[in-house]
Formats: sequence, structure tokens, C-alpha cells
Amino acid sequence: MTATAANTSDAMASAPGVRSATDVDWRRSANIGGILGITAVFIGLVGMAVGLDKRMLIDPVLSLGYLFVLAIPLIGGWIAAREITLEGMTAPIKGARDIVAGAVAGLVGGAVVAMFLVMLNAWDLQELLPNWSDALLDMYTFGQGVGVGIVLVLVVGLVLGAIGGAVHVIPAKPRRLLSIAVQWVISFAVLEAVIDDLLGGFGLQAVADVIYARRGGLLIIPGLIIGAIAAFVAHRFEGKGAELKTQYMELEPERKNQVSKQGLIIMVVLGIVLPIFLGKIVNELLSNVGLFILLALGLNVVIGRAGILDIGYVAFFAVGSYMMAFLTSPLAPWRESDGILSAVFGWLPVLNWFVALPIVVLTAAIVGVLIGTPVIRMRGDYLAIVTLGFGEIIRLLFLSDWLAPTFGGAQGIRSIPGVNLGFAEINGTDPRAVFYLVAIFVAIAIYVSSQLETSRLGRAWMAIREDESVAEAMGINTVTTKLFAFVVGAILASFSGAIFAAKVGSVFPNSFELLVSIIILVVVIVGGMGNIPGVMMGAVVLIGVLGGPSQPGLLQEFSEFKLLIYGALLVFMMLKKPEGLIPNAARNRELHQEEALQDAWLKGDKPGTTKDEVDDAGPAPSAADIDGSLGLGGATS
Amino acid sequence: MTRLLEIENVSITFGGLKAIDDLNFHVDEGEIVSVIGPNGAGKTTFFNTITGLVTPQIGDIKFEGQSLIGLDPNEITARGLARTFQNVRLFPQMTILENVMVAQHCRTNQRVIGPLFRTAAWKKEEAEIRERAEKVLGFFGHRLVGYRLEQPAFVLSYANRRRLEIARAMATQPKLLLLDEPVAGMNPKESEELTHLIGRLRSEWGFSIVMIEHDMGVVRDVSDRVVVLDHGVTIAQGSYEEVSTNPTVIEAYLGKAAAESEGGGSLDSAAHSGEGAH
Ligand SMILES: Nc1ncnc2c1ncn2[C@@H]1O[C@H](COP(=O)(O)OP(=O)(O)O)[C@@H](O)[C@H]1O
Ligand SMILES: [Mg+2]
Repeated sequence: MTATAANTSDAMASAPGVRSATDVDWRRSANIGGILGITAVFIGLVGMAVGLDKRMLIDPVLSLGYLFVLAIPLIGGWIAAREITLEGMTAPIKGARDIVAGAVAGLVGGAVVAMFLVMLNAWDLQELLPNWSDALLDMYTFGQGVGVGIVLVLVVGLVLGAIGGAVHVIPAKPRRLLSIAVQWVISFAVLEAVIDDLLGGFGLQAVADVIYARRGGLLIIPGLIIGAIAAFVAHRFEGKGAELKTQYMELEPERKNQVSKQGLIIMVVLGIVLPIFLGKIVNELLSNVGLFILLALGLNVVIGRAGILDIGYVAFFAVGSYMMAFLTSPLAPWRESDGILSAVFGWLPVLNWFVALPIVVLTAAIVGVLIGTPVIRMRGDYLAIVTLGFGEIIRLLFLSDWLAPTFGGAQGIRSIPGVNLGFAEINGTDPRAVFYLVAIFVAIAIYVSSQLETSRLGRAWMAIREDESVAEAMGINTVTTKLFAFVVGAILASFSGAIFAAKVGSVFPNSFELLVSIIILVVVIVGGMGNIPGVMMGAVVLIGVLGGPSQPGLLQEFSEFKLLIYGALLVFMMLKKPEGLIPNAARNRELHQEEALQDAWLKGDKPGTTKDEVDDAGPAPSAADIDGSLGLGGATS
Repeated sequence: MTRLLEIENVSITFGGLKAIDDLNFHVDEGEIVSVIGPNGAGKTTFFNTITGLVTPQIGDIKFEGQSLIGLDPNEITARGLARTFQNVRLFPQMTILENVMVAQHCRTNQRVIGPLFRTAAWKKEEAEIRERAEKVLGFFGHRLVGYRLEQPAFVLSYANRRRLEIARAMATQPKLLLLDEPVAGMNPKESEELTHLIGRLRSEWGFSIVMIEHDMGVVRDVSDRVVVLDHGVTIAQGSYEEVSTNPTVIEAYLGKAAAESEGGGSLDSAAHSGEGAH
């Protein structure tokens, strides 16, 4: 704290002009360096570094593991050299000082790692820490043995830290191009499976073979070419994006609508056409992403719109899956047991998926009302804990021996048929068909949530989220309104559950653990609460790249560390970007437009408007004003 | 004149503190009544009681002859009472238009089916909600309309927030409007303008009004009747002139000694000294 304060005053004293290379807040840099070192050690000890070393990104120089480890000093150097400029102050000129600050942080981080390596070499703590291994030592010393390795670690830390700091020094334009080039190269490397699949689908396997190494990983020369092309394109079309955006903003509302519609049509066509060219693995990935988009859209209504912190949301997913299994599986346990159910409903034939769906949805809605009614009267933390409880109760009911004759207990329900269309059946063996089915329901969910959001009910949800007691005082029946949100959420989750049952072909209680609720919650938060494109983006990034609770993502190597990354991401987002990846765009735009509009207003574009009328006194007026107006000057007090 | 609101022997106790003590109060249709009193007199608690945020332990509150006791705040609003808050409580992330549209909730009834199937009834209702919202906002001149409609409420200036809060209360289509310090924090020009608007709220919109206010100029200009609360008890009521010269009232504001030494100062100055906390 004191160090920062001192730094700020220093910066103020010498704000304009170039600073000397030693004008560095040494303590801050060293602190950051310490954190860097500890982070690197931590990543090593949880097994991430070695585990991810197997995945080649750029053959043969950079593995995913090394990317993670080496990114630490780079980012750290960048942070160490960063200075926050307060509004109204001139930004300090970046120079040698920033490179030094970054280098110091990197060097200190390297020193921490070096000490760790000495210990790693000297002691054997594998029993205590399973990842305390020679493989880790080997990796962190770049395979050069401890002696040379330690020197290397210090040098690499210093150099990467300095480079990280130097990012601030590079002028804006080359910095932007460089960053775009790096982003593209890394994207090509990370998305190898998709790109390979896509190229293969378009009959361009030969191209894929040239770009990627046989054992995985982008080859160096193609990588450089991709980076160069990306930078060139970015340079060539610089500012074009913003230009298009302003052009779009200036369109007449009708024309704007038209353009948006055309954009939507292009997206839909792409969504239909692209999967044809994609292979099984990527289609499987997409259908999983779709199932989670459905869940996330549903939870978004509950938590993002109505502000009900439901952490037992998986219950409705479970109810949807189980109900579909219950109605459509010829081997559903209740048909074979001789309980009341089979006696009463024995005549019920095995239903087609589409026939069963309305019953599934209705059941989910009823369960939504049953769980919602007691829960909704609570507020905040209590509500969260109770929903969590209900989520677990539902799972335990499905697991229980008591209901085993109906739902099969731990064995679950098997032999669930796919979705029978008459001419074909959609099931897990054809992920492309599943994707199309999911896509249709995602479209329905988007329509439902966006229609409701902009209607009377949606406005009431928003008001409740903002201030529940005021919403009530303004005439909103908060109990029924929140119940509607709960039920809409339950229905969207049951869609997902119904498709999930048909896709997987069997349901078990352990597919519906608390973890699923938490992952959906993280998807919603990271994507951007209350915002449909944001939530969808969250599902694509998290479920698509990292993977779902039991579904592998694009980076299958991550599966072991998935929860760690989810957790870290959640903490990071809450601290740094609580509005999510894609914050509510419309609202943001309004905010940015404000100034321009106000200027126009003040210039008198509106006839009969004087500045005075517009320019409302902001905060409370001074006491003198009031006194004056009442003719009381100093009579009292 | 018909009785709109009738409060009989209401008491509110917080812990050991009697915030409202055996209060009797009434409003007739078409009246503008001001409630004044020093800070902590129980004026806001009085509003909270009427609007159902606080339930009285004793006594009855009747609106158009029917008891409001035991009703939820939203039911009370639906009966035709609407309020503003002393410490402005808008829905800050919602747009100005949405703030006023959402307040029509209890006067409209489309839920899920309408918007999903885009029924004619839903479209009509949405159009009406929007039209009424714009009409209500238009009452405050061009401050809350035009490009402002789509802006989140938090961008508004303090005075405009107060105006929007009144607009929001108007949108619930009340019979009785309860305004808690509507001009607090406004400059003289703004409060003069709002005083004028309060008069028009009755003459043009037909609202009866109860207003808590410290600004004695405003109270003098608009009220038919003034009620003075102190320590939860009505210590005086009547026209502005009667109340402002009442020695008990001046004493409540200035303390006994001061009242005597000044030999009956004016209430204007007295109320002003009691105004301390905006
Ligand atoms: N919810 C509450 N809980 C406890 N005490 C309260 C509550 N609301 C108000 N009070 C107390 O009741 C008294 C009257 O407050 P209030 O009605 O806000 O006064 P006024 O609006 O006249 O300034 C004050 O002493 C206040 O502290
Ligand atoms: Mg008050």
C-alpha cells in the first residue's frame, strides 16, 4: 500500500518527460516477481505443466505446458510495467524504465523458480506431492540439468519479463499487429482439431497436412506464414471494422433491422451448412455445447434476468432426462416391477420422443412450481442454499432404493431410444443429427427468452433483480413473477434433459451432480449475466474448449485441470470483469452514445431548447442557494 | 367531499421506539396535504405504513372505505396508492422508459402466451404501455423523453431522478400519490418548477396528494392542509397560516427556549433549521 502511494506521488512529480531507467518501483516489481514464481511453482505442482507438455502447439518448440509456464513471466512483466493513469493526468511516457520493471519482476520470478528447482533436485517429496517428479525438474530446467537449468531459468525469466514490459514501449500500431498475429497463431494451434476436421471436410486434407505436424502441433514455417498473413490483413483493413460499425449505427432504424436480419440469415445458413463438413468429433463437441447453451439460457432467465441465485438448477435437467427416459424406454424399471405404477399405467405404450416431450415439459413445470413456491419467498444467501439442497434432494431421490423400482436407483434407466422422426432416428451415434436437433431447441430458447425479456414479465424480472422491495411497492407481485422465471428456467432445462436422454441412451443419477449446476452457473457468469449472446459465448468457450462436467472439450488435455481452470476463471472474472465476456451490448452502446447525443442537444438541434433547461444541476445545490431563495439568509443555525 | 384515505389510531413501534403513536389522519378526494415535522418525526415511517412496507401493530388504515391492513405492498399499489422515496430508489440499470413501463405492471396482464405467440392483445397492450409511459414522461417537459428514453436511469442528474421517480409513481395510475420530500436536493428554480407541477398533478391528472416536505415555500404554495408530526404524534394541523403561527409547532422545531426567546419566530426559518439532512 505505502509503496503504491509513494509511487503515485513520484509519478505525479515527474509525470511529463522521459524518466530514467532506474525510476522503477522496485518493491512492486519484486512483489509481482514473487507472485510469478509462486504461480509457476503452483502450476508445476498441480501437474499442469507436465500434463499439458504432451500437447504440442507449435512443433517442435512449444507445447501447451510450456505456453502456460512461459506466459507467466511475459504477463507478469507486462503487469509490472503497467501504470494506471488517473483521469485528467498526462500519461507517463513509456521507455527503458518499463523494460527494467518487467525484467526485475521476471528475474525475481526466475529466482523463486530456481530455488524451487534446487529443492526439487535435493529432496524427494513425491509421497506428499504426487507431482514432485523428475519430469517436472526436467521440464523446468529445459532438459539441461540443474546447474545449467537454473541459469537458464533466470535468463528466461529476465528476458521474458523484459519483453512483457517492452510491450508498453512498442508504439500502438505495431503492437496491435503483433498481438493479432500471435492470437491467430495460437488460435490455429489450439483449434487444430476443428481446423483439421474442417479442412478434411472440404477435401483440403492436403492443406492440413502441410500446416500441422503428423504427431500434432502447428509447424513453424506455416505458423509464421499464418502470423504474417494475419498481421498483413489487419494492417490492410485497419479501421475498416470501426468504419463499418459507424456506418451501421448511422443507418435508418428500418435499414438497420434489415441488415440485422440478413446477418441472422447468414448465421443460420452457416449453422446448417457447416456441420455437414465437420467430422464426428467436432459435431459431438457442438451438440454438447448446444445442450449447455440450452441450460445456460434457462439459468440466465432465472439468475440473469430475475436475479434468483439458483444453484440447484441441475434438478430440472435431471427431471427432464429422467422423465423422458421414464416414458420412452421399453426397459424402464417401472414397466417391469409389479408396483402401483405398472398396475395403473401398464397400458401406457412406449412413447415416441415427440409425444413424450409435452409431458416432460409439463412435469418440469410442475416440479418448478413445487420447488419454487417455498424457495422464492427467501432472499439472497438463504435462497441459494435452499436451491442447492433441493438440487441434491432430486438427485438423491433418483438414486434412492425407495424409488429404485420406478427410476432404477444407481443403475438408472437404460435403452432409451433416440428421437424417431419416422424416416430416421436421431441418437448419440450420429452427433450431427443431434446437433441439428439441439440447434432447433436453442433457437426456440433464444426466441422465448428474448421475447419474454422485452415484455411485461421480463421488465418485472429486471425490476425485481434491481430492487425487490421497490418492485413490490410499484405494484409487482414478486412471488408469482419470480415463480414464472423459475418455471421458464425449468422448462428450458427440461428440453436439454430430454435431448440428453435420447442422445446418451441411458440416464444415471451421477450425471446430475452439484458440479453440473456450478458449471452452468460459471458459464452464465463468465459469458455475461442477463445477456443472451454473452451466455452463448460462455458456453462455447467453456464447454467447447475446456469441456463440460463429463464431456471432453477441444483441449482434452485440460480435462484433469478443468475444475481448477473453471475456478480460476470465475475468480478472475468476478474481480476484473464482473459484467462477463460480452456485457449487455445495447446498454453499453447507449452509454457511449450519450455524449454525442447530449452535445447535439445542447447545440439546440431541438427547437425551443435552452441550455439551462437541459443542464440540470447535478448534486444538491449549496446551502446558500436555498437560503437565498427563501429569503432567510442566516436567520437560523 | 369523499374520504379517500382514513387512518385510525395507528401505532408503530421499533424495538422500544414509538415511531408513530396513536395517529389519526385522513385525506379527502382532490386534496393536497403536506406532512411536515423535524427529522426523525416519523414521516417516512408514516408513508411506509400506508404503503404496506411496515405493518401497524394497532389501528386501521382504510382506503376508499376498505382496510389495507394485511395487504402486500403490491396489492396496495393496485388499489390506487403510489409513492416516491425520500432517498430516490429507481431501477438504475433499467432504461428511463422501462422504469415507467414496469410501473404499469398491476394495470396490465399479458404474461407468457402473449409475447410468445405475438398475439394481437399483447401487441395492443405493449403499445398502450409505451404510449402511457411516454405521456407520463412528457409531463416533465423534454427532460425525460427523446434520446433519454433508452438511457439507463443511472445516467440521470439528481433532479431528473426525482422527476423520474414521480413519473414512475404516476404510471401506476394511482388515486393517491405519496411524495416523500420531492424537492429535496433541487435548486430553487427546479423546486419552484416542481411545485407548479405538483399543482398540475391534481388539476390535470386528478391525483390526490400527500407530500412530505421540508421546503416551506413549496408547502405554502400547494397544500390545502398541513399536518405536523413530532415524535410520531400529530401536534397540529390546519391551513399553512394556522400551522405556521402555532407556538407548539415552532417549539417542536426550535426547542422551547428558542421559541420563547424569539417570541414566536416564523415557521419558515424553524423548518429550515430542522431540514439538516438531505
Ligand atoms: N425500519 C426501522 N427500524 C427501526 N427504526 C426505524 C425504522 N424506520 C424508522 N425508524 C426510526 O423511526 C424514527 C422515525 O423515522 P422516519 O420515519 O424516517 O423519520 P422522518 O422521515 O420523519 O425523518 C426514527 O427515529 C428512525 O430511526
Ligand atoms: Mg423521512
